[in-house]
Amino acid sequence: METKNNWKAWLYLAPMLLLMSVFTFYPLINAFIISFYKGYRPLQNSIEGFTLLGNYLLILRNPLFWNAMKNTFVIAFISVPVSIFLSLAIAVGLKSIPKLNKFFQTVFFLPYVTNSIAVGMAFAVMFHKNYGLINAILERLGFAGRIDWIGGTSSWWTQMVALLIFTVWESLAFKILVFTSGMQNIDKQYYDAAKIDSASKWTVFRRITVPLLSPIILYISITSMIGALKAYNSVIGLFGVKLGNPSNSMITIVAFVYKYRAELASPGYYSYAAASAIILFIITVIFSLIQGAVSKKRVHY
Amino acid sequence: MDIKMVNLTKIFTSKNRKEVQAVSHVDLTIPSGKLIGLLGPSGCGKSTTLYLIAGLLKQNEGQIFFGEDEVSEMPPEKRGIGLVFQNYALYPHFTVRENILFPLQNLHVPKEEAKQRTFEMAKLVGLEEMLDRKPKELSGGQQQRVAIARALVKKPRVLLLDEPLSNLDARLRLQTREEIKRIQRETGITTVFVTHDQEEAMSISDEIVVMKDGVIQQMGQPQDVYDHPVNLFVAKFLGSPQINVFDGVIEAGKVLIDGMAVGATELPDQKVVIGIRPEGLQVDKTALSPFKFEIDLVETIGRDTTLIIEVTSEESTLLDKKTFKAIVDAENRIRPKDVIHFVVKPEKMHIFGLDGKHL
Repeated sequence: METKNNWKAWLYLAPMLLLMSVFTFYPLINAFIISFYKGYRPLQNSIEGFTLLGNYLLILRNPLFWNAMKNTFVIAFISVPVSIFLSLAIAVGLKSIPKLNKFFQTVFFLPYVTNSIAVGMAFAVMFHKNYGLINAILERLGFAGRIDWIGGTSSWWTQMVALLIFTVWESLAFKILVFTSGMQNIDKQYYDAAKIDSASKWTVFRRITVPLLSPIILYISITSMIGALKAYNSVIGLFGVKLGNPSNSMITIVAFVYKYRAELASPGYYSYAAASAIILFIITVIFSLIQGAVSKKRVHY
Repeated sequence: MDIKMVNLTKIFTSKNRKEVQAVSHVDLTIPSGKLIGLLGPSGCGKSTTLYLIAGLLKQNEGQIFFGEDEVSEMPPEKRGIGLVFQNYALYPHFTVRENILFPLQNLHVPKEEAKQRTFEMAKLVGLEEMLDRKPKELSGGQQQRVAIARALVKKPRVLLLDEPLSNLDARLRLQTREEIKRIQRETGITTVFVTHDQEEAMSISDEIVVMKDGVIQQMGQPQDVYDHPVNLFVAKFLGSPQINVFDGVIEAGKVLIDGMAVGATELPDQKVVIGIRPEGLQVDKTALSPFKFEIDLVETIGRDTTLIIEVTSEESTLLDKKTFKAIVDAENRIRPKDVIHFVVKPEKMHIFGLDGKHL
């Protein structure tokens, strides 16, 4: 009986396992192997030997990689908490306007179904020094000096602010959707009880909604942290292939991987890309483990 | 402090725009310091009335007063009420202590005092040992008591309980209803509780209010309401087993069921509906009474015997059901198939008009 069930289980899993083997496990293992090659030429499929940590050490000595690390971490550590907080606030706000709820839910979900490269280009126009909406608004508010956000004279700071605004905006949609449906699963009686218990709106949010939503908040923070660590589309969308001003100032880890992967003619570059991809993979795993451990203490139920 | 409701009306509109009057022009005064049971079948508007008092629902018409203080337009947090929800609504992520403390924190009661009051409340409901547990680590009865403590800790003017016992098993229900009675006595707080269980309401209430279709049928001390129901609905709703109801006529001062005289009356001749409590049917040992039946089933439980009589005839005068019941002393030793003559205790017989009103 038991063996029969096992056999069936494997059968049902087979299609998924096959696809995952081809598109996930094989590339992952292959990336590992490639990261140990020396002087790898992908077009000729030839190598000059093996090295255990050579490629990794080269990357770690590459200032561009550290620039990518810095940008990626700034994006992850700022955009994730900010977008979680904003989307929670919006979801709570949506709940209190039941009549327009459906309409705004659609409005907020639109960014999710639009192409981020296209939206990035729209944002690039908004952040334009002379014709952009952002500077126009700032001028109206009394800030006279036009800021060059992402143009030829822009600094790392202004570019990062623009990128963060874009990233947060883009990632709100999915979070609002998940939080809204999560809140619908919270028993209405807790809110009635809180009303009877004279809890203020802020207290209700802080001590009832957030704790009861904590499993979902954890899920969102893990997935969006992983998503932010893989930031790439938003950078290309906003800054184009130059990746910022000066070139590569807004580079992220994935952009770094892609940059080296694209240099097929240069021997060994492909291995740098593989090695940096593995580093990103390890960082991602470490983050998930940390968040999982934190959740055991902080997440209720 | 008493609770006064004047012309209170709540209308719900369903999806197909049909309006339902859940509570219809209710005038009711709940006396200060009493434990009142709001009783009725499901959908009768008793819970709606409770939530109107709490302020979680807003009336379409009418006013509510707590003493001299009109609260009709006040939000729930301003009314000074404690409410125990049907499934308790304890915050699952708080400990018992945090649950009880929560209202005090919201009212900015000084820390030391809040701590003291939380402990006193826990003691009142007998949970001072459980303060650091989470609700899911408690039994249903204990959760119930935490909910009561949370409701009482802020010293509300009124305590409201929504079906407080319906989520408990039978044994715990008996225990908890005594507990509620005790807590109410000790605190002397005006308490309203909602239930569909007439036995529960009658056993602990100082007074009961029977509702049907959003309208109050009768209010009074449980035994008074049981002994003097104003209409057929109240008579049928109170008492277990239910009152036996027959078609009957009054002819020349005699009350007749199927031509058999069961009592005398001063009412004029007319068609009536006759209700006889099961305990009002007594065995006539002289066998002279014309009111006789063949017994179908006998259930003896301790001191009482329940006789069950099936009525098969097509033109039966028995209303609603196919059987009726009599509760007699066990010493009678009656067996199925015996033919028993009954006499009817006059005070256990109620005569209603065809419109259901008590005559």
